[in-house]
Amino acid sequence: MKVLVAVKRVIDYNVKVRVKPDNTGVDLANVKMAMNPFCEIAVEEAVRLKEKGVATEIVVVSIGPKAAQEQIRTALALGADRGIHIETDEDVQSLAAAKLLKAVVEKEEPRLVILGKQSIDSDNNQTGQMLAALTGMGQGTFASEVEIDGEKVNVTREVDGGLMTVSLGLPAVVTTDLRLNEPRYASLPNIMKAKKKPLDNMSPADLGVDVAGGLSVLKVEAPAARQAGIKVDDVAQLVDKLKNEAKVI
Amino acid sequence: MSILVIAEHDNSSLKQATLNVVAAAKAVGGDIDVLVAGENVSAVSEAAARIDGVNKVLVADNAVYGHFLGENLGELVAELGKNYGHIFAAAGTVGKDFMPRVAALLDVAQVSDIMRVESEDTFVRPIYAGNAIATVKNSDSIKVVTVRATAFDPVAGEGGSASVENLDIVKDAGLSSFVKEELAKSDRPDLASAGIVISGGRGMQNGENFKMLEQVADLLGAAVGASRAAVDAGFVPNDMQVGQTGKIVAPQLYVAVGISGAIQHLAGMSDSKVIVAINKDEEAPIFQVADYGLVADLFDAVPELEAELKKVI
Repeated sequence: MKVLVAVKRVIDYNVKVRVKPDNTGVDLANVKMAMNPFCEIAVEEAVRLKEKGVATEIVVVSIGPKAAQEQIRTALALGADRGIHIETDEDVQSLAAAKLLKAVVEKEEPRLVILGKQSIDSDNNQTGQMLAALTGMGQGTFASEVEIDGEKVNVTREVDGGLMTVSLGLPAVVTTDLRLNEPRYASLPNIMKAKKKPLDNMSPADLGVDVAGGLSVLKVEAPAARQAGIKVDDVAQLVDKLKNEAKVI
Repeated sequence: MSILVIAEHDNSSLKQATLNVVAAAKAVGGDIDVLVAGENVSAVSEAAARIDGVNKVLVADNAVYGHFLGENLGELVAELGKNYGHIFAAAGTVGKDFMPRVAALLDVAQVSDIMRVESEDTFVRPIYAGNAIATVKNSDSIKVVTVRATAFDPVAGEGGSASVENLDIVKDAGLSSFVKEELAKSDRPDLASAGIVISGGRGMQNGENFKMLEQVADLLGAAVGASRAAVDAGFVPNDMQVGQTGKIVAPQLYVAVGISGAIQHLAGMSDSKVIVAINKDEEAPIFQVADYGLVADLFDAVPELEAELKKVI
């Protein structure tokens, strides 16, 4: 079974985000970039499926600037077999990303597509569901367990009240939540080997997709800072303040 | 153009988040219709008809919608939504699941998790885990939007008298089926809508110690939450997680116990009205957002808090 995994290059999750002084966006100049954490979980899940003998080939795809090849190489070092880079310097919104991935799905015909549930930059949580809708596939979003069962996949989902399991016919789309697995680190020999794995490069135009989107960001601001309050001496004073000053109990 | 709001419910009762989403729709302006899609939802549709400011309630009552499968809801809402200028739903796990399908089927963008309505096409939303706030203009013909419920004061759930229209539209995409669910059973209020939330972090040391928080929560009628660190450590289940990757809460009172205050946690609770932090590390970042901070060992402070509360409540 062929598995397609989509990964995104984003700001490293340890980096403190700074808004540009002119409010046009977030300052990404000379900032450490990395694979989106939810995408790492997606790659790990695909590699585990291959180790179990369920997946036979893992294709990793990324949409973004030239430098996004680094994240594809990372996925190859973690165990993916080959990469596809859809190179563009444009701002690709969720719907356009889903259309590009749909074109890749039509070419590659995977039985399972795994994506992160959201990227930690735009926090949209849309692309996997949009891809599923455009390709007419079922979706197992916010997955904490994925179990292939013949021509079906059972996905346990993290929902507001607890867990919910759905059964999807294959091919299907799965989006990962945090508890699905703990991604491994790439070993040095595997990083070296990954450099020799095949990586195809193409443009959105090659796939016949116009990446213009309906959204425009008018401004980006830092969140309103919350002022630190006071330190209380003991629990009795805390309860007194809550009752008589804040009046919340 | 009018606005279609998708009701949030569990087939038996309307969830409060629906009232917050109607409030967001009111900020746009125009007639508001509410869709109740589910199975055996007569009580929900009656409740929806009483929401202040609602024009019409549309009811799609069928087994195919009973488990809110995104594939089926997506097709239903995309078909109905063609006649509206805006489609709004709460940014809970149901809305996050089906709304992007609606947007894709209508070939329009979605704006996720809005905190404010600037105008009929411009919305304010958090990005980078709440470390930046973006103002986004949507030029597409139909505005598909999910709403951060806690960012809007709810409209009144009573006083309205909307007409109720039963729909005969059954959309079974045939792509997915429900297997089972394991929902946490609790007599405490729902985390996302509770007036008081008390949360524990890695400092709780184990799941057993959360009982201390539960006892305080029961005195206050509060919900119990947790930081991602406590969830990752396996102390408590993920549905208790407060933070950017968990639930976003904004109660009247938020009590953080043994929580250091990682950015991802702050993103989930910093809109709370009053924040209390109890932590033995006086340098913990949680104190920078707390209205009342207590530097103390939680294993002393929480039992004391329970004793003091018993005196005043």
